[in-house]
Amino acid sequence: MIGFVGWRLLQAVPLLIGVSLIGFGLMHLAPGGPLAVYTLNPTIQVQDIERIKVIFGLDQPIHVQYVKWATGMVSGHWGYTFFGGRPVLEVILERLPATLLLMGSALSVAIILGLSIGVLGAVKRYSVFDVLATTGALFALSFPTFWFGLMAIFVFAIELRWLPSGGMWELGEEGSILSLIRHLVLPTMVLALVITATWSRYSRSAFLEVMQQDFMRTARAKGEPPAARLLRHALPNAAKPLIALLGVELPFLFSGALVTETIFGWPGMGRLFVDALNMKEYPVLMGLMMFTGIFVVVGNLLADIAIAAIDPRVRLR
Amino acid sequence: MSATAALPESQIGRVWTRFRRHRLALAGAAVVALLLASALFAPVFAPQDPTLLDTALRFRAPFADWAHPLGTDELGRDTLSRLLHGGRVSLTVGLVAMVTTVATGALIGITAGFLGGWIDTLLMRFVDTMLCFPQVFLLLVVAAFVPPTLLSISLVIGLTSWMEVSRIVRAEILHLKEQDFVAAARALGASRARIMFRELLPNAAAPILVAATLKVASAVLMESYISYLGYGVQPPLASWGNMLTNAQGYFDTVPWLAILPGAAITLTVMGFNFLGDGLRDALDPRLRMDP
Repeated sequence: MIGFVGWRLLQAVPLLIGVSLIGFGLMHLAPGGPLAVYTLNPTIQVQDIERIKVIFGLDQPIHVQYVKWATGMVSGHWGYTFFGGRPVLEVILERLPATLLLMGSALSVAIILGLSIGVLGAVKRYSVFDVLATTGALFALSFPTFWFGLMAIFVFAIELRWLPSGGMWELGEEGSILSLIRHLVLPTMVLALVITATWSRYSRSAFLEVMQQDFMRTARAKGEPPAARLLRHALPNAAKPLIALLGVELPFLFSGALVTETIFGWPGMGRLFVDALNMKEYPVLMGLMMFTGIFVVVGNLLADIAIAAIDPRVRLR
Repeated sequence: MSATAALPESQIGRVWTRFRRHRLALAGAAVVALLLASALFAPVFAPQDPTLLDTALRFRAPFADWAHPLGTDELGRDTLSRLLHGGRVSLTVGLVAMVTTVATGALIGITAGFLGGWIDTLLMRFVDTMLCFPQVFLLLVVAAFVPPTLLSISLVIGLTSWMEVSRIVRAEILHLKEQDFVAAARALGASRARIMFRELLPNAAAPILVAATLKVASAVLMESYISYLGYGVQPPLASWGNMLTNAQGYFDTVPWLAILPGAAITLTVMGFNFLGDGLRDALDPRLRMDP
């Protein structure tokens, strides 16, 4: 197991270098380069831009810049924001809890619902429920998140007035758990919709495949009750592709969180990204790209290790 | 000697029989046909110029006035005309982005799969790396730096979403290149390029076609996201995404202005998704996922 973890860690290194190269390259190959924001400002002259270039070290050869930037990343120096001059990492980490809360609650809802729907569909294959669930999942997958969000605000916040339309807390109620939960319901519902559909589809096919295996027939022949067969034999075997899905879905989760946070004014990383985009805050954008990229690499690594922990066969390869 | 691109007669028949049984796919095909026709003939069907302002006629409700069947917006522009012309824009972007995605994905997939070795490793690690970034993040960063024209938006969407296609094509090529017809072509002295593009590519047409259909859906969705956030199609040119942005300001008083373009996006995405799903089931029963 230790060998496997070490090997997987080693494999993650080139991926992380790749992520950093693309993140770095994107900002520098963009037309106008990282200082494009200043060329649009008529009060800033050409000489000023040249001076800013020297200050940021942008006059040096590209590989020197990259190495300087990358070593800075590793030691936690992610640069400073253009406006306000705050450390980028600090700005990002400040927004992380809100995003993790939203993604976590949406993912929990989606896994519980999606797994139940998928397993029920697999057990009662081709039943009315199964057909409705698979068709429903196809519909849900085609729903644009932001429009679903707007419609949810319209119905539940404007028409019915059941829930707040945005933000994280009511004014003057900062820190109140009850207020937080009320604000969390709609964004969670919106973000969870597509993930629930994906999970129900994948868990259905994962369970269908496992239930055809010989050991399931043996368990049945031994006289094990259906619930025990499902929990003790099917679940651990079906769990592998689902844990892998968890890792693979991470980028989609971030994309969905960005859209959901924008609509609901949720003060997380997605919202920060859109604000940074509007203000052309290139250090923040680059920081967020790197942060999500690293998050995804680490997430996939953890998923792989979890799979190896469940299934010894994976470790041998 | 060349592999036939078209499927033999009986196989087309079989595919059609399987496709016909898939009711949602038929509905999807009908919706797609309707959307393409309405986009193509938008100037004919539209009751008005979509950019014509008439501030005396702001916020007309739908179905109230035959001159404006779906009402008017905050500047008195005809909603139906804007929906039709916006659809034209959204579908154009969707189709051009799809072509970009498929061309890039197929080229990289076939190169990696056929040549193998370190080229394969390098290309696939590049794909892995690109997939680490959330697509909307990648898309917005690039879109924010490029002046938004219809072509640049399509290219940006296309060039940030080809990764899955390259994986699908590579997997198909790895399977195909072991087959006898490739050995035969090689024995006859066909060049590598000829084997790649004249022998292998046509035989990988089925999964590429499925991926292409599904990619139109996701490209339309992506266009609406970035237009909604202000980095896509720019006003006064209407697209479904920027119609939604405008409508958001009047959401509590005139909700239909937001409901209509959103419904159009949803319908389009569903149409292409169902069509793609049906095509997958019909072309390759092994990949079947749903009853």
